[in-house]
Amino acid sequence: MAKARTSLVRSGLIHLALISYTLIALFPVFLTLINSFKSRNAIFRDPMAIPTPSTFDLVGYQTVLAQGDFFGYFQNSLIVTVLSIALVLLFGAMAAFALSEYRFRGNLLMGLYLALGIMIPIRLGTVAILQGMVAAGLVNTLTALVLVYTAQGLPLAIFILSEFMRNVSDDLKNAGRIDGLSEYAIFFRLVLPLVRPAMATVAVFTMIPIWNDLWFPLILAPGEETKTVTLGAQMFIGQFVTNWNAVLSALSLAILPVLVLYVIFSRQLIRGITSGAVK
Amino acid sequence: MSDIYTADPAIVPIKRPTRWHIAVFLAPAVLVYTAIMILPLIETLRLSLYNLVDGQTAFVGLSNFATLFSDPRLSASFWNALGNNLIFFVIHMLVQNPVGVALAAMLSIPKLRFATFYRTAIFVPTLLSFVIVGFIWKLILSPIWGIAPGMLDVVGLKWMFAPWLGRPDSALITVSLISVWQYVGIPMMLIYAALLNIPEEVLEAAECDGITGWGQFWKIKLPLILPSIGIISILTFVGNFNAFDLIYTVQGALAGPDGSTDILGTLLYRTFFGFQNQMGDRSMGATIATVMFLIILAGVSLYLFVIQRRIRRYQF
Repeated sequence: MAKARTSLVRSGLIHLALISYTLIALFPVFLTLINSFKSRNAIFRDPMAIPTPSTFDLVGYQTVLAQGDFFGYFQNSLIVTVLSIALVLLFGAMAAFALSEYRFRGNLLMGLYLALGIMIPIRLGTVAILQGMVAAGLVNTLTALVLVYTAQGLPLAIFILSEFMRNVSDDLKNAGRIDGLSEYAIFFRLVLPLVRPAMATVAVFTMIPIWNDLWFPLILAPGEETKTVTLGAQMFIGQFVTNWNAVLSALSLAILPVLVLYVIFSRQLIRGITSGAVK
Repeated sequence: MSDIYTADPAIVPIKRPTRWHIAVFLAPAVLVYTAIMILPLIETLRLSLYNLVDGQTAFVGLSNFATLFSDPRLSASFWNALGNNLIFFVIHMLVQNPVGVALAAMLSIPKLRFATFYRTAIFVPTLLSFVIVGFIWKLILSPIWGIAPGMLDVVGLKWMFAPWLGRPDSALITVSLISVWQYVGIPMMLIYAALLNIPEEVLEAAECDGITGWGQFWKIKLPLILPSIGIISILTFVGNFNAFDLIYTVQGALAGPDGSTDILGTLLYRTFFGFQNQMGDRSMGATIATVMFLIILAGVSLYLFVIQRRIRRYQF
């Protein structure tokens, strides 16, 4: 490769630029994490220092765990996110299979109809969604959130999955048909296992906005029993603005699950993006 | 099963008794999507034409829109929010996308060491919730804690520090830059993917013609990634014109100081639900949502029918 001629100076400058931006990206997160383990005095006296045995203090975490029901919030977020992803993947894959496998009248139209939601945010229908949820008695239930997030995730999931399903070999499916498999068996037993990598990509894309959403929990399920982590952290911080230990600990608790998931799934996510799943 | 057919007019034409399975595969997704997304959207658009008249909901034509554009208090906050939203969008286009392209261009240099690490690290903020991002930056920029003035002091720029979030003239720019910080990972990743897809032969041909380094980026790579930049722009547009969370966590529902960070999302929230001494108003909420819908629709159509068709695509 001729570009290996890149001079040392130039690659040095590039590393400098990338390192600077990496610091900008990570510094705030790092700052929050280290200060959440320090005593109040140490937070203010020397915010940039790493906690030492003399400044180490868990008082913030104690306050958070004593005051807010963070485990309950985690549980709510987990239930909502997992159920929504499961429904998005199942319904999305089924619809994607129908659109990519069969020729029928209205196929293209149906595809466009389902793709509308990629560009038009579901939030704009909030007024009527709330009205509908009130009428159905679903306000302050996790069901309401699962339904909304499923609808929100479906358009992109169908779009990505049908791209992938077009690449599944026809011979395989036809061989299945000759062996007497029903269309359902072909979908569940032949096609689904083959598009598993694409499903993982869709799962990660679906998960991030659901886990982080503040708008719908705030509007549809603000009750204590149904608060998600994002809403719980928001409200907790609102009450404890002046208690810096507690605020920093609450922030750290909210960051950690996302970071852990990212470390586990980052290769999948990046492979999904770079393989052109969202072009 | 038969009521699924009648419930959805789009599936009706496939009424061939032998292929029920197509309907079974489509039904769950179409039902959920239609019931929770499309119908509420249509209902919201419809509600914007109704209002309470003598305690009864009645059809009022476009008078809600007339109120929104002419009522002194409402129209002032609407135009303010729209203007702020435009600035919010322009800052994203001017900062987020060029920075994203620059980072992607550096990351895509072949055989760059630590590229995976940089890429992973720079994407971290994008995964965090607005609540976390908002509060972290609030703390960092707070004059009480002194992180920001302390760091500026190190580079001798302490005089520059001001409570940026608390001043009407700088609050919007500050909030926009926080949002840019959070989202720069998305253009970076998409452009990175586009750059990786440029075939090696094209670049080698360019090098044979003596086009390398900067010239190669501007003359060869940039034209080839223009479609991706177009997609990023429209994604940014849609995201910005329905943003809410970050402003809400950093500046509260009133989008202070003095409405200087109010954008359409926060205005919709306040109008629909009411805030402090302001009563919630469903019809006006629906009206603002409709206006947002029309703005987003106009932007998306402009992109799909005008910009996307003019961008030259190259097939390899």
